[in-house]
Amino acid sequence: MYIIIGGGGDVGYYLTRNLLTQGHEVLLLEKENGRYQTLSEELGQSVLKGDACEAITMEDAGARRADAVIAVTGEDEDNLVICQVAKKRFNVARTIARLNNPKHEDLFQRLGIDVTVSPTKGILSLIESELPGQRFVMLMTLKRAGLEILSMNVPPFSPVIGKRLNQINLPRKSNLALIIRDNEPIFPNGEIEIQENDEVYALVNSEGEDELRKTFGTA
Amino acid sequence: MKIVILGCGRVGATLATQLEQAGHTIAIIDSQTDAFQRLGPKFKGEKITGNGVDEEVLKRAGIEAADAFAAVTNGDNRNIMASQIAKEIFHIKRVVCRIYDPLRENTFKDLGLETICPTTIIAGMVSDALVRSETSGQRKSS
Repeated sequence: MYIIIGGGGDVGYYLTRNLLTQGHEVLLLEKENGRYQTLSEELGQSVLKGDACEAITMEDAGARRADAVIAVTGEDEDNLVICQVAKKRFNVARTIARLNNPKHEDLFQRLGIDVTVSPTKGILSLIESELPGQRFVMLMTLKRAGLEILSMNVPPFSPVIGKRLNQINLPRKSNLALIIRDNEPIFPNGEIEIQENDEVYALVNSEGEDELRKTFGTA
Repeated sequence: MKIVILGCGRVGATLATQLEQAGHTIAIIDSQTDAFQRLGPKFKGEKITGNGVDEEVLKRAGIEAADAFAAVTNGDNRNIMASQIAKEIFHIKRVVCRIYDPLRENTFKDLGLETICPTTIIAGMVSDALVRSETSGQRKSS
């Protein structure tokens, strides 16, 4: 695949190296001269000096034949424009944007960006999951399938304690993937009985999330 | 009309003052509080300090009840993103976006934004003025 990456910060640099190792043809764009020099010592021909927001630079970079454009600068507005120009002007099939403000996720999707990756959101939920007393943590969203992966800690007065899974009414589009009890993984089947403090990992579509939380008493 | 202006540089401040004098209600946003000094003491409108691509900041400026929105910060991409938020999220009918880079302007005009590119406008005007003075000069000498 031919992949163009906009923004030579840490994320852009490591992403470029990774994708090169995987055998892809990669071109990293960095507009700032000093940073460009540093990057080109390491990456040689795989880095080009220029602003990925500018159509001329993208033309020179061969955006027309790119299979994917990935925008990973530290500014959401730059990432948005890089992806929109790639999509609309150069017909790039797959555009991926890094989101610094997780609130922009919906907007980016509405504006035609294929994939958004939000490190801030990921870090927040990882930290949340480590805080004591958290009963419900969203781990990940699988956007194309419309699914969420989440973990719940069964609270003391949960209505499902002592019930077998086949006695519990789960939302239609949901699945319990794993239960961790006293540091031991249990792969759930209908006969498993839920206990207090079980850590339940579930897949659910976004409509079913509330219902699932109510069922387990983590709402 | 209630108008929200993003960017209180020379253009933003002039625009805000003019529109207020014409009887409109103005809210103006800039990331730097210092920028509001350009408005002068007579300005009655609202001044909001904050990032214009943040929906919360736009809401504080009253964008939900606004009739029109203008994005005139120094950053093309910031203007583009803010304008698209105004259009797509807040459904503002009149949205005008300044874009310096002519190629970028072209792309986003195609995408349905109402754009103004000072670069092409000014280049055109300067070139007109130059060529006009040359031809009128020639006329005098002939």
